[in-house]
Amino acid sequence: MSIAETIIPPQAPPPLGLKAFTAKRLTGIIFVGIWLALFVGLAVWMVADFSGEKFAKYGLRMLLGLGLTLKLVGTSLILGAILSLPIAFARMSKSSAVSSIAYAYVYLFRGTPLIMQVFLIYYGLGSFKHAFETVGLWWFFKDAYSCALLAFVLNTAAYQAEILRGAILSVPRGQTEAAKALGIHAVPTFLKVILPQAIMVALRPYGNEIILMVKGSAIVSIVTVFDLMGETKYAYSRTFDFQIYLWAAILYLAVVELLRNVWNALERRLTRHLKR
Amino acid sequence: MESEVAVAAETDASFLAPLWGALDSIVGAIWAVLHPILTTIDPLCGPVGIFKLFFSNGVLACGDTGWGDDVASGFYVTAILAICTLPLGLVIGFFVALAKQSDEPFLRAAGDIYTTIFRGLPELLTLFIFYFSLPLILEQALRPFGRTEPVSINPFVAGMIAIGVVFSAYCSEVLQSAFKAIPHGQYEGGDALGLHRGQTMRLVIIPQLIRIALPGLGNLWMTLLKDTALVSAIGLPDILRQSSIAAKVTKQAFFFYSLSCILFLVLAMLSSFVFSWIETKARRAEVRH
Repeated sequence: MSIAETIIPPQAPPPLGLKAFTAKRLTGIIFVGIWLALFVGLAVWMVADFSGEKFAKYGLRMLLGLGLTLKLVGTSLILGAILSLPIAFARMSKSSAVSSIAYAYVYLFRGTPLIMQVFLIYYGLGSFKHAFETVGLWWFFKDAYSCALLAFVLNTAAYQAEILRGAILSVPRGQTEAAKALGIHAVPTFLKVILPQAIMVALRPYGNEIILMVKGSAIVSIVTVFDLMGETKYAYSRTFDFQIYLWAAILYLAVVELLRNVWNALERRLTRHLKR
Repeated sequence: MESEVAVAAETDASFLAPLWGALDSIVGAIWAVLHPILTTIDPLCGPVGIFKLFFSNGVLACGDTGWGDDVASGFYVTAILAICTLPLGLVIGFFVALAKQSDEPFLRAAGDIYTTIFRGLPELLTLFIFYFSLPLILEQALRPFGRTEPVSINPFVAGMIAIGVVFSAYCSEVLQSAFKAIPHGQYEGGDALGLHRGQTMRLVIIPQLIRIALPGLGNLWMTLLKDTALVSAIGLPDILRQSSIAAKVTKQAFFFYSLSCILFLVLAMLSSFVFSWIETKARRAEVRH
């Protein structure tokens, strides 16, 4: 039997959760202050330096550029979604030849920068002018917009195929087996049992992919397409007014934030039965 | 007044001169040792390089006759830019993640504004904004010190800052979700052991954080690698720019752009090897015997 001879001296209590005014709060206030000062400063500068002439001359062009950006992104997303279906199924195929070809496609387009794919298609394929002229496809490959669109479709198809595959594989096998036990054919099983459950999983990555495409589409300005970024560069090269970049930044931020909020609302709606 | 400032600046420069001289000679000495080693083990244009061995009399020859050495230098610029950006982005991202998971509403708001802005802007636009605004800001900042000539900024530095900032915004999201995965008991355990805040963070939290965040960080590294290609737009002689020049001169655009795609895939494969090695290293504590 042991007897304690000394009493353990009282220890300081563990740190409390929230104190009245901590260094943390001070840092937070400083950083929020920096942001506020930056925003207010930029806003004051933009209002004070605002020139109606420049706005009339370049503002409308930039809005048209935004329209082109959205058109490019929308078209490539839809075409990419269609193209991603066969790729995703090829990737899940039992034949190793088919699935490895699909894997190579996906790896190629996900492993290289989008800008390089655009260059490869626009400048690279553009160097085979005579071959395309004999086939009668030169009208497509001489146009920067259609080349950019082709690159975007191929690129987003690779990403969307991976999203789709991940989502389909996330649906438990028992769902397919149950549908089989009920005597449902393969196509209705996929459309009515698997797909609705897969969409819930795929929704978030699809939203991210749309936002990535909106942001990634800025690079088409390098191959002389006048999207929002292209118009911005054009206006800046004419005026050397830094405000123009801020206008573009506000437009891009507005589009991305709008998409993000729409997507959050959509996700809440689709998963409302899981909420407690 | 002007001349006084100029004199002050001059004396300042002469006071710093020995320091710069010493730094210069140190860098020179390191370079003198490293340069022969690097040129010997250079896998593209070295004595046993791929371009030297297989393409020595075509457009890819190394030297004045071909474009092999230019493409190779672009390849290394891309790789070095990505490697230099990574620590910058990780450090900023870590602190932003700390701010975003803090219980202080002001800190959270500051972190949220940061990620909203830099995740919402296109990388190319961020790059241009930094490239064009940093010289203006530096010029304003240096004016009180008597420097009035326009400041120009190195595309490498501008690219590093812009891509690092974008990377840090995404990195903070990954780290924030990793922070959420660590139970609160770990912090309390640190307190119970009498560790300081910093010690708890360094010895208890970060080792677990790294393990949880590694797959996400691996994806972000791939994005970072691909984003570096954008820096060619502001004139950095990276792989894309060097290939463009070679393509324009030789009129073999398809060949050179395919080559740069292949080199990018090589970088991606190398980094996936490195990442799987790091992951096995990080997970060795979890292996069950």
